[in-house]
Amino acid sequence: MENIISVKNLNAYYEKKSHVLKNVNIDIPRNKVLAIIGPSGCGKSTFIRCLNRMHEVVGGTITGSIELEGEDLMKTDPVLLRKKVGMVFQKPNPFPTMSIYNNVAAGLKLNGTRNKKTVAPIVEKSLKQAALWDEVKDSLDISGINLSGGQQQRLCIARTLAVDPNVILMDEPASALDPISTSKIEDLIFELKNDYTIVIVTHNMQQAARVSDYTAFFYMGELVEFSETRKMFTSPDNKKTEDYISGRFG
Amino acid sequence: MKFNRNVLPNKEEKKGLFKKIHLSNNIGDFVFERLTLLFAVSVFLLVLLMGYEMYQSSKLSIDKFGLSFLSGSTWDPVKEIFGALPIIYGTIVSSVLALAIALPLSIGVAVFLAELAPSWLEKPLSFLVELLAGIPSVVYGLWGVFVLVPWIRDYVEPYLSDKLGFLPFFNGAPYGFGLLAAVIILSVMVLPIITSITRDVLKSVPAAQREAALALGATRWQAIKIVLADSRSGILGATMLGLGRAIGETMAVTMVIGNRALISPSLFDPSYTMASVIANEFTEATSELYLSSLVELALVLFVITIIINGLARLLVWSMDRKWRRG
Repeated sequence: MENIISVKNLNAYYEKKSHVLKNVNIDIPRNKVLAIIGPSGCGKSTFIRCLNRMHEVVGGTITGSIELEGEDLMKTDPVLLRKKVGMVFQKPNPFPTMSIYNNVAAGLKLNGTRNKKTVAPIVEKSLKQAALWDEVKDSLDISGINLSGGQQQRLCIARTLAVDPNVILMDEPASALDPISTSKIEDLIFELKNDYTIVIVTHNMQQAARVSDYTAFFYMGELVEFSETRKMFTSPDNKKTEDYISGRFG
Repeated sequence: MKFNRNVLPNKEEKKGLFKKIHLSNNIGDFVFERLTLLFAVSVFLLVLLMGYEMYQSSKLSIDKFGLSFLSGSTWDPVKEIFGALPIIYGTIVSSVLALAIALPLSIGVAVFLAELAPSWLEKPLSFLVELLAGIPSVVYGLWGVFVLVPWIRDYVEPYLSDKLGFLPFFNGAPYGFGLLAAVIILSVMVLPIITSITRDVLKSVPAAQREAALALGATRWQAIKIVLADSRSGILGATMLGLGRAIGETMAVTMVIGNRALISPSLFDPSYTMASVIANEFTEATSELYLSSLVELALVLFVITIIINGLARLLVWSMDRKWRRG
């Protein structure tokens, strides 16, 4: 298997005092889905934020190295990096003052692509990829906040896809959604992994088992176990992993 | 545990629920509800009553001058001819120009405070900005008379008339006292209001919006632009509050504007505002008609303020509506 991201000796801190991630080493395989599981406060969100340097926005610092396709992340311009490594958040956060169309086009416009002939097909393609096109194609000019929660989250995914990233980070993308919307998002993830590498944080064991190829279990800031999902959920190496997966703690 | 849907009130039951609260047997709730209703209604009545009173007291001048009160440009208490056009002009021009200077500055300061400043700098700076709002206007006026006016007279106006004198706005003798001084002092006075409200509005935009923009590859400035777009109705509200203060400001303006009812394109010329006229002249208003005209001026100021606030509401409402349901 070929790796797209390679993380070595990663340590993350918030304001020097709290040591959130401890010596994490992990290689993320290309065009697969990696699920990150672990109890609250174990550093899952911080870990994926480090992958597109969003940890800096909330005042985090890191040591160690993260390489994206052989290039050191910390030496890349974060603005360029985030176009390659997109992010979908826990709560759907479409831009309220923009129409559905403009929400999807937002990333392109930030890049300076304004030509309607270039933008319109990308918007349509992204909405189709996000399985939202059929529901919104007649109302592209209404505001994104008129959509339901699940639709809003798929809109956010379409917005991320429009920038054409290589990697998509998802921070509990379905935890604020109802079961039907959740299964739509999961189907979507399954579709998307043909073209993208996906790293998804989840609290939901079944979700991790359903959508991911690989699973990483974090506990107290350390990477306890990282293996193929099938193996992780049938015969984990570590006792803690087994306890967590079987619901004995966390 | 099986979830029992029947526990939740349906629509009819909800209505009944609220009715019950309204006709609650609890005497405390009843008194509290009626009392707050009374307060709310009294605010509305007060506005109506003020308008009515002013209309009654200005009847004399309304009957005598009619619409020429608004269109006439002579304000002559000796001959008892009262045309308020130059005064309305002075009020609106001074306020709008002050706003034109203060608005970009305020937004800049607010963006710095809300988005860019480290917290050790943000707190004292915000405090200073709010302090600026608390200075009594007569102190601003005094500062205007002794510091601002001489500075404008000796440096700003000669420079402007030298470089831009071909424009009618910067043409004329540099007195110091005049529209320019009033505009500058007003802009300093409205800056803290617009700044502190805009800062609060910006801070109330959820962090998720900034993160969404940044995660799409926005630069810091692009993310701020998106946050500004989210808060535009709040910023508009802040602007209108600032405009309200500028239009109604009396003391500081009276002390520096020169107090002559004059329509002139030049910023160097003296001017007059409605609030200043009322403050300056009501003690000298010996005749019935003179007093009545001053009250009519107050009525015009009152109506203009209501119209501006109404327009602002309308603008905010139409902007919001456009995005709620396209």
